Amino acid sequence: MSAHDSPDPSKAVLWDTHHHGHDVISTRSFGYFLYLLSDGMLFATLFAAYGVLSYSHSYFNGPTPADFVHPWYTFTQTVALFLSVLAYGMGMSAVKKGNKAGLMNGLIAAFVLGVIFLGLDIHDMMDLAAHGVTVQTSGGASAFIVLTQVHAAHIFFGLLWILVMMAQVAGKGFTTDTVGRLLSLRMFWHLQAIIWVFVFVFVYLWGYMS
Amino acid sequence: MLVQVPGGWNPLLGRLAIDQIPYTNPILAPLFVAVVIGGIILLGLITYYQKWGYLWKEWLTTVDHKKLGVMYIILGLVMLFRGFIDGLMIRTQQVWANGPQSSGVFGAVHGYLTPFHFGQVYSAHGLIMILLAATPLLVGFMNIIVPLQVGARDMAYPYLNALGLWITAAAVALIMISLFVGDFAHNGWFGYAPIFELQYSPGVGVDYWIWTLELTALGTTLGGINLIATIVKMRAPGMTWFRLPIFTWASLSANIIALTSFPALQVALFLVACDRYFGSHFFTAGFGGNLMLYTNLFWLWGHPEVYFVILPAFGMMSEIFPAFSEKPLFGYITMVAASFAIAGVSWLVWLHHFFTMGAGPEVNSFFSVATMLVGIPTGVKVFNWAFTMYRGRITYTAAMLWAIGALFLLLVGGLTGMMLAIPAINYMVHNSVFVIAHFHSMLLVIVYAIFGSVLFWFPKVFGFKLDEFWAKTMFWLFSAGTVLVFVPMYMLGFMGQTRRLDYVFNTAWHPYLVTEEIGIAVYCLSVAAFFVLLYVSIRDRVKNRVGQDAWGTSRSLEWLTHSPVPFYNFAVTPHVNARDELAWRRHNGINEAQPTQYVDIHMPNNTGVAIYIGALTFVLGFALTWRVWWLCLLSLVAIIVLMIVRSWRGDPGYIITAAELEKMEREAMQRQQQVEGHLPHHGGHAVPSGAMAYEGQKVSPLGTPPSSGDHH
Ligand code: HEM
Ligand SMILES: [Cu+2]
Repeated sequence: MSAHDSPDPSKAVLWDTHHHGHDVISTRSFGYFLYLLSDGMLFATLFAAYGVLSYSHSYFNGPTPADFVHPWYTFTQTVALFLSVLAYGMGMSAVKKGNKAGLMNGLIAAFVLGVIFLGLDIHDMMDLAAHGVTVQTSGGASAFIVLTQVHAAHIFFGLLWILVMMAQVAGKGFTTDTVGRLLSLRMFWHLQAIIWVFVFVFVYLWGYMS
Repeated sequence: MLVQVPGGWNPLLGRLAIDQIPYTNPILAPLFVAVVIGGIILLGLITYYQKWGYLWKEWLTTVDHKKLGVMYIILGLVMLFRGFIDGLMIRTQQVWANGPQSSGVFGAVHGYLTPFHFGQVYSAHGLIMILLAATPLLVGFMNIIVPLQVGARDMAYPYLNALGLWITAAAVALIMISLFVGDFAHNGWFGYAPIFELQYSPGVGVDYWIWTLELTALGTTLGGINLIATIVKMRAPGMTWFRLPIFTWASLSANIIALTSFPALQVALFLVACDRYFGSHFFTAGFGGNLMLYTNLFWLWGHPEVYFVILPAFGMMSEIFPAFSEKPLFGYITMVAASFAIAGVSWLVWLHHFFTMGAGPEVNSFFSVATMLVGIPTGVKVFNWAFTMYRGRITYTAAMLWAIGALFLLLVGGLTGMMLAIPAINYMVHNSVFVIAHFHSMLLVIVYAIFGSVLFWFPKVFGFKLDEFWAKTMFWLFSAGTVLVFVPMYMLGFMGQTRRLDYVFNTAWHPYLVTEEIGIAVYCLSVAAFFVLLYVSIRDRVKNRVGQDAWGTSRSLEWLTHSPVPFYNFAVTPHVNARDELAWRRHNGINEAQPTQYVDIHMPNNTGVAIYIGALTFVLGFALTWRVWWLCLLSLVAIIVLMIVRSWRGDPGYIITAAELEKMEREAMQRQQQVEGHLPHHGGHAVPSGAMAYEGQKVSPLGTPPSSGDHH
């Protein structure tokens, strides 16, 4: 096929002087999306490990999630994270209108709600530790804590990133760089919320019921 | 929360103490002295010739994909050498420590290495060869060639590219320093639960192993993202998917594997780290841990990884065969399909590394059949290469010899792999040196493809060819070494020699072990030939200079620009009209056509941030290994701060104006004409058109473009 769909060489265009580079934002977003794929695989692997370590013998006769998770407490975390994503989304729709204050409000709300999520998570972990559930308790407890805390670490870095973006937008306004980063951060924040859905359902709800 | 480590620990230095430096070790101490002296001489020479500024400006801070690629390759070659020395040590120990009568020195009962030291040597050998030699070499080639083949000015993210290199370099530095500070893991390159748990491996060796792997995984993931984005987003106009050169396709499939599989490794190792640092129970024997969970997670990455390294090698072979057969690649579409089939199936076979786990007949049968399925696309490739050579005009250049050698090794390795895929056979030979011989055949395919590519693309990058005589000498020595080492190894595997023996009890195996040792000696000669090759080629570089199309028969876009490639790659982005664009232009007599008009181009600036972050990841790995918590925190914060600063500053880049470009291009053309004056067989007319892809096509060659008028 190669030979036959090639143009007549005497008329062929050999050089492209009008080709003005690439769409920076789309190229960056694509790369960031690829990174998020690998982040998704990371969680998939952690879920696999959690699955393998959630048989009754994995808890070594110690407490199982049925004993120590509180779905309603965790539900407030879920609500906080989802509202945070919503606030971020509303901030981004302000970007379309070039409305800097709107974006800032969205980011601030997203940040505060994210902090609430993280605060609740840390409180939960301290509480568990006080009741003797730590990574050292059993294989099952290790898997539970590491999976949820790796997610929490992602939230922590997301919050840091939100702060950085607030500073950048305040200092530079909407440039290709800042808008591109806001888009990447949005993908990141959404993905963490989606992963949280899995954590909530498979770890908390399912764990509570089994 | 943190685990109490056995032995000393203090807040300032963690587990570091003077007795962690093996200054009494009769092998390491002299090596350390040699390294220090060598290092001082090197630094002295750089200072004496006042090359620091040049080094910093042109190499250490560069974001140019070609220079980064060259540095990847140098890194890979250095580690290939280090891994080779490890291999030599392993073989020497086994031939020496054979039978109860064998002598022992340096504190070993038999041979010259104590069992613990021997364990470290083979663990480092495996890890280095796969992750710090083969991987950087391949990533280096992908870095150099892929942007050129798709007609781009650079990778999609030049700064990220530099970051990937320096993080990989940090991994290399970490494993190298484990030679002289503390010790390395003794649990094999892939590790076993629970031997790597703190209880059984209280030293820092396993920690070095963990953080080296984590750093490589990070570097490779960054590189993978970059290559995929480059191929998807940066193609020149006209470069449709089915015009992409096969090496680029192979890189795409390989990097999709890398991107999706490396996270599994990162998690597996991270969980080992949790066990060792926080006392969790993922892989402990007892407390609800699961030993085979580790093995599963590791090979979930491990098997895709072997295809991550072999696919680019297949791509290299797919470039070399057509160029020296003067024919287009046979079965282009099937080649693409086969690459992706291999990439897909590579996810479904990991359990063949531990059939003996005892998962039961259904599971073992599934993985056995899935493994054998890989043979189909691989077979397609083998036949495609064979048909490419069939009735071609074959020139046996050294590069071609390496490619043909790779083809034969692929047959041997693939067929023995098929044998291993049958559980009934596998139960007999699992963990024997038969397996070792299998995967060395496979990994040598990669090494052969890499040496072929070094010869093939060297003139593109440096502007002169390597010496054919010494390259061929090296090839034949290397191949003799391969046969002498690995044929007896297959035999010993059948006879029941298990892998990783620091003492070989059976004296009846002595002749085989001796043959292997002779093979290693021959390998040493080939290494020497390689150094001679470099010396001779650099000495004769003026004589061996080449023009754009160094071989006169090359096919893809990278040969359309000058050799050495200017830092902006293409003065004007080429417009692609055919698969194998250069071959098409050459066939139509327009391969020398130059653009008539130049436009300004935008280039990224150099930056020191990447190397600083790389250095900090090394510090972080080192501090984690030695549990120096304040340093961990400090380096982590420093990395984050640097990233924020860099993102604040951004990179406006700079402009090369059309006028500057035109001047540089004119000079390059003059240089090229000088070269071609010396070169009797340059360019299009070296290729008899009968063997061309486009015979039968009615074309009227254009008038000769002005810039090349004098030699047509
Ligand atoms: C036709 C394709 C292949 C088949 C059917 C195959 C099959 C196998 C099997 C069944 C094993 C497990 C043996 C055992 O431990 O009992 C194995 C091990 C191995 N194979 Fe392959 N293989 C193939 C291709 C490759 C390729 C392309 C590579 C690398 C480039 C490779 C590298 C390895 C390595 C590194 C190991 C052993 C790792 C270790 O135990 O340290 N194989 N292979
Ligand atoms: Cu495998």
